[in-house]
Amino acid sequence: MPKVTLQQSQSEAEKWAYKKLVSRFQPRPPVVRNAFWAFVVGGLICVLGQVFINLYRQAGLAETEAATGASITLVFLSALLTGIGVYDQIGRFAGAGSVVPITGFANSIVAPALEFKQEGLIFGVAARLFTFAGPVLVYGFVTSWLIGLAYYLLKF
Amino acid sequence: MQAAKKVGKQTIKFTQPPCIISTHTVVGPKEGRGPLGKFFDYTIPDNLWGEQSFEKCEQKMLQEALEQALQKANLSPQQVDYLLAGDLLNQIICANYTARNLGIPFLGLYGACSTMAEALILGAMLIDGGYANYVLGGASSHYDTAERQYRYPTEQGVQRPPTAQWTVTGAGGFLLAHPSLAPAGPGLKVTFATLGRVIDMAIADVNNMGAAMAPAAVDTIIQHFKDTGRSPVDYQLIITGDLGSLGKTLCLNMLEKAGYDVEKIYTDCGVLIYDPSQDTHCGGSGCGCSAVVMAAYVFRRMQEGAYRRVLFAGTGALMSPTSVWQGETIPGIAHAVAIEFF
Repeated sequence: MPKVTLQQSQSEAEKWAYKKLVSRFQPRPPVVRNAFWAFVVGGLICVLGQVFINLYRQAGLAETEAATGASITLVFLSALLTGIGVYDQIGRFAGAGSVVPITGFANSIVAPALEFKQEGLIFGVAARLFTFAGPVLVYGFVTSWLIGLAYYLLKF
Repeated sequence: MQAAKKVGKQTIKFTQPPCIISTHTVVGPKEGRGPLGKFFDYTIPDNLWGEQSFEKCEQKMLQEALEQALQKANLSPQQVDYLLAGDLLNQIICANYTARNLGIPFLGLYGACSTMAEALILGAMLIDGGYANYVLGGASSHYDTAERQYRYPTEQGVQRPPTAQWTVTGAGGFLLAHPSLAPAGPGLKVTFATLGRVIDMAIADVNNMGAAMAPAAVDTIIQHFKDTGRSPVDYQLIITGDLGSLGKTLCLNMLEKAGYDVEKIYTDCGVLIYDPSQDTHCGGSGCGCSAVVMAAYVFRRMQEGAYRRVLFAGTGALMSPTSVWQGETIPGIAHAVAIEFF
């Protein structure tokens, strides 16, 4: 019986040459422009947070309570802007500037909640809610355990 | 022994070229606003078209495209021998549910974005082989259903890299008939088909599918010339499915290196469907991209006499989210069909 030999027609050298060809024509991301808008939008979101902290302080809240209040307000605003279809428009040019702040975290939870409500409240909304926020939470918790452990060990 | 209807290594020569007797296209609002907007038969008012979900909308679009293609040819579903259709969704649900509603014996196809070409080729083979008089074929894709399956929820604020392509919201249907049943006079005929091999040049970036598919398109187009003895001068238009602007540049570059001068006659459906101002970066993609551009624009231009012979190479990227997460590279495929007006 004839033996089946695989025709691996694309050699490593061909793949390497092709990679070089692709990188010659590939459009580059506009790094400077992206960084500029990320800085401006990310900065503005932080300024907005500070405005809320100051307002809540003036209204008589303590420092930590005012900060919590500001976070809650930002989360609410982000959820609202996601719901009316504005946050993804901001994200398109702001990039990391609108992903990294707490508003980006809220967006990453509200967006799948809206998207997957068509699959129902259990297998849609609830199951998919943390698709993107989940990894952030997991590694956030893991990091805080490690730091807690390090702190405990260093104290002795 | 060479099979009777085969020429060369990968090409079929149809002895009685089957005819494309009618087509119909349904597109989304963004595509309707694009440069080819006036060629499409119907533009849906929004991405849901009155349905509960994007998937249901896409299914409705495919069904409408197929029903209207039948209507234009004055045929009922009972007169059609087979339905060949596919889409991008898991288990090709849009095609399956459309087949449930139409009741025509059905073969579901998955060739990623090359599905339209695959349907045309298989349909022509069924007819020329003597297994069918009429074959209905179609393909669909929808921006929102593809995004939620392959990438992010629509409202997620993410930045798309410059090599990304935009999934076309659109469905195209066509009806193939045996030449003895086609209306008298000149018509669109499927003369040759070159079936493609899967080529993987180790591109792993899902946001660069044009680069992943371009080598497959080049492989199939060159094989077509070798098998048929034809050369670029035999065609007035060579058009790839959805390589986008980067993939088109790469394809052109590789064809020229191989000694084929196609610059003046080569273009890509993904480049034609959107205007650069529509912020799609490298252009359109998805089964619907080549389906609507071919069915609405290229076929019409052929009937107007702009092109007598066209070589259409439908391209597909054969990955899934799972294979990408597991670190696999993206294999590409391309099937070429020669369509002639005579």
